[in-house]
Amino acid sequence: MSVRDIVIQQLVNGLILGSFYTLVALGYSMVYGIIKLLNFAHGDIYMVGAFVGFSFLSLLSGTLGDEWGGILAAMVLAMVAVGFLGVLIQRIAYRPLLAAPRLSILITAVGVSLVLSNGAMVATSGEYKAFNTGLGYEGFDLGHIHVTFTQLVMMAATVVLMMVLHLFISRTLYGKAMRAISIDMDACRLMGIDVNRVIALTFFIGSALAAAAGVMAGVYYGSIHFFMGFVIGLKAFTAAVIGGIGSIPGAMLGGLTLGLLESFGTQLPGIGTQWKDVFSFGLLILLLIFKPTGILGRTEIERM
Amino acid sequence: MAEPSATATPVGKKGWLTVQEERLFDFFDDRRWRYTACGILLAVALALPRVGDNYVLEIFTNSFFYIVLCLGLNIVVGYAGLLDLGYAAFFAVGAYTTGILTSEAGWNFWFTIPAAAFFSAIAGVVIGGPTLRLRSDYLAIVTLGFGEITRIAARNLKEITGGASGLIGIHRPVLFGLELRKISHYYYVFLALVVIALFVSYRLQNSRLGRAWQYVREDEDAAEAMGIDRVAVKLYAYVIGAIFAGVAGSFFAAKMTAISPETFQFMQSATILMAVVLGGMGKIPGMIVGALALVLFPEVFRSIGSVRMLVFGLLLIVMMIFRPHGLWPERRN
Amino acid sequence: MNVLSVKNLSLSFGGLGVITDLSFDVEQGAIVSLIGPNGAGKTSVFNCLTGFYRANSGGIFFDGESILRLKPHRITQKGMARTFQNLRLFRSLTVLENVMSGMHCRTSMGAVGAILRYPAQRAEEAEIRQVAERCLDFVGILDQKDRLAKNLPYGNQRRVEWARALATQPKLLLLDEPAAGLNYDEKAQLMKLIRRIREELKITIFLIEHDMSLVMNISEKVVVIDYGQKIAEGDCATVQNDPRVIEAYIGREEAGAHP
Repeated sequence: MSVRDIVIQQLVNGLILGSFYTLVALGYSMVYGIIKLLNFAHGDIYMVGAFVGFSFLSLLSGTLGDEWGGILAAMVLAMVAVGFLGVLIQRIAYRPLLAAPRLSILITAVGVSLVLSNGAMVATSGEYKAFNTGLGYEGFDLGHIHVTFTQLVMMAATVVLMMVLHLFISRTLYGKAMRAISIDMDACRLMGIDVNRVIALTFFIGSALAAAAGVMAGVYYGSIHFFMGFVIGLKAFTAAVIGGIGSIPGAMLGGLTLGLLESFGTQLPGIGTQWKDVFSFGLLILLLIFKPTGILGRTEIERM
Repeated sequence: MAEPSATATPVGKKGWLTVQEERLFDFFDDRRWRYTACGILLAVALALPRVGDNYVLEIFTNSFFYIVLCLGLNIVVGYAGLLDLGYAAFFAVGAYTTGILTSEAGWNFWFTIPAAAFFSAIAGVVIGGPTLRLRSDYLAIVTLGFGEITRIAARNLKEITGGASGLIGIHRPVLFGLELRKISHYYYVFLALVVIALFVSYRLQNSRLGRAWQYVREDEDAAEAMGIDRVAVKLYAYVIGAIFAGVAGSFFAAKMTAISPETFQFMQSATILMAVVLGGMGKIPGMIVGALALVLFPEVFRSIGSVRMLVFGLLLIVMMIFRPHGLWPERRN
Repeated sequence: MNVLSVKNLSLSFGGLGVITDLSFDVEQGAIVSLIGPNGAGKTSVFNCLTGFYRANSGGIFFDGESILRLKPHRITQKGMARTFQNLRLFRSLTVLENVMSGMHCRTSMGAVGAILRYPAQRAEEAEIRQVAERCLDFVGILDQKDRLAKNLPYGNQRRVEWARALATQPKLLLLDEPAAGLNYDEKAQLMKLIRRIREELKITIFLIEHDMSLVMNISEKVVVIDYGQKIAEGDCATVQNDPRVIEAYIGREEAGAHP
């Protein structure tokens, strides 16, 4: 394979990976922006999304087929269902602790993560589940590299979701409220903004996006299992930090950057796929040492 | 900062449970009773190998081992308030240091203990140094990642660590001419470790450093304003915790004579954290009860082992919302 | 001899100027107040002095030494202590434990000392306790020392905050609105206490305050700022009659501030 082929291959891989990372990182950043919590269970939401999408697809494949029609329908349904799950979790496990010491809410988040991942483990008896779709390998060729339509549709879907989110944040009242709350929650309360509602909405959107990523991952990799949220949680966090945690454009930029860095990184001598997680993680550490606010993040000044 | 009102005793009725707790607490607060109780427990513990069979001894040895790990994490999470989700990594560093030095470099086991402590401490400084300056949320995820990295590194570096199948053939240590082979030997060794760990924990808690941890944990900016270098104080906690785990890991390797990366998974870190949380994060008696429960629970309920983590998760959530001060009754005035 | 010297201090948050070109001095042994309408930037000045905010430009000199880039705990070690406007006590610890925190920067025992408890360590622990108790006695609440800080009434919590700052054995004490929430008698006691801190402990005092009668009563010098800039500096009489000061206050109708 020529260098050009390798570049194209890694570019494609990177963009796909980047799509997944971005969608999950968005949820992280949004929730962090609004209540300053790194929702440790967010990666597991992605996993739940994959399973829920899988279930919906099985249900729907009779009527809508198991190609794009069925898949997109299943994805949308999964997004809605998991969105509500996110709201429920937030209501039960996080909201009571918003005024408690930080450690409490972090530990609860670990608890939620354990419940979700082990719940899935019990439900699936620990097995990998094959995510079967009717999609084939049709696509086109760039040089020696075959790019499937599946890959293109996924990238497009991610872009669409990101654009919709952007419009929502910048144009609607809820979007403004989200940004305002991330700056000063108490002031917003005093202004009569229903902070709890907006927080719930933030969790809904973040969870829905993660679910979308989960479904896509299921389709792309062909199988899902209960522990898939773990690593993606770490990666998405890294992506959010790269772009600047709390910043939505940052999450998008970070996700893409991390996906590409990771793909091209595997080509570096000595790294390979075995070490790619360590590579990404090493990036995170370096970033935290030198530029914890990331590319687009704001330096937080804490009011004393 | 709102706190649950377990300590608020309003004029009027107290719940029956609270009254019972307070009576229990006043009882235990009496110093003579505490020392007597500890004495009795110690006597029972020393006598156990005479009467118990190997299975029972194995269980207790394991629980002693867990207690040491929990005491170490208790310093990080309980005293200093730092959420460390990759604690198993330090335990791995200690175990592999001993494993490699004894089986491949032929070291005497007892000399590997300071080596294990040293490398764990280094690991603590390397991870904690950059991250402890940042918000506490970051530390949780970074430590989680570090735990994973350690496991992956152990798996990939085949030549040094034996790869996924692990390191075998770790020699049995020899103490004063006696080779430590039987489970009862390890029982006593680990019991001694527990006593030492308890001693160190209590001494640290009631000292200038222990108070500094509490100050930083309560309000780190106010602590900083009082002249306390919060990053240094946190780093001390993190590194001391790492050393506890490293030393425990060292003994673990000697007892098991074989270790593999799968022993050091996130589930381990989570289990140890669970015990610390049950103890109320910082309070030792409850934590020991928690650690014992966690080791004994799966033994007693073997069949539902896979549901264990699920229950843990629920417990964590429930504890944080309803009883953050832990199982043991809380200090009041 | 100036214990504190601020020169051309400027601070802005994202383009918004919070402090602009501020300069003033605090002499050794003086009682100086910083006043200004709400939002003038007074607490931001304190935060810059104590290292919690990083000024964009200018200089801060403590006993002739620049402390501009130092971390807060280093500044406290050097001898500048502060209290907080909204009381940041260690609520679930006892009063005595709260005040003992001040001695941390004056002592040095670490983990080894804690574990082994050799004589030097025990002597240090005793000293920490003694100093803390003396500070509590000085502010008048030694009898409360074993109570949990959160169980105390507000007025006493304030005293714990002062005792804690005193335990750091500072040369300069920054008090951030020490009279907030106090009643008339408590304010009178506060004035006595501030004078005693200066006379008996030889500590210089720099305070932010809204209560004008208190300010005019105890200050030897007053610095007035508005919108982050100094508009007057001098003794009480001068400042009271300064037209810019009067305008700054009248121009901002707010309860409780009558120059």
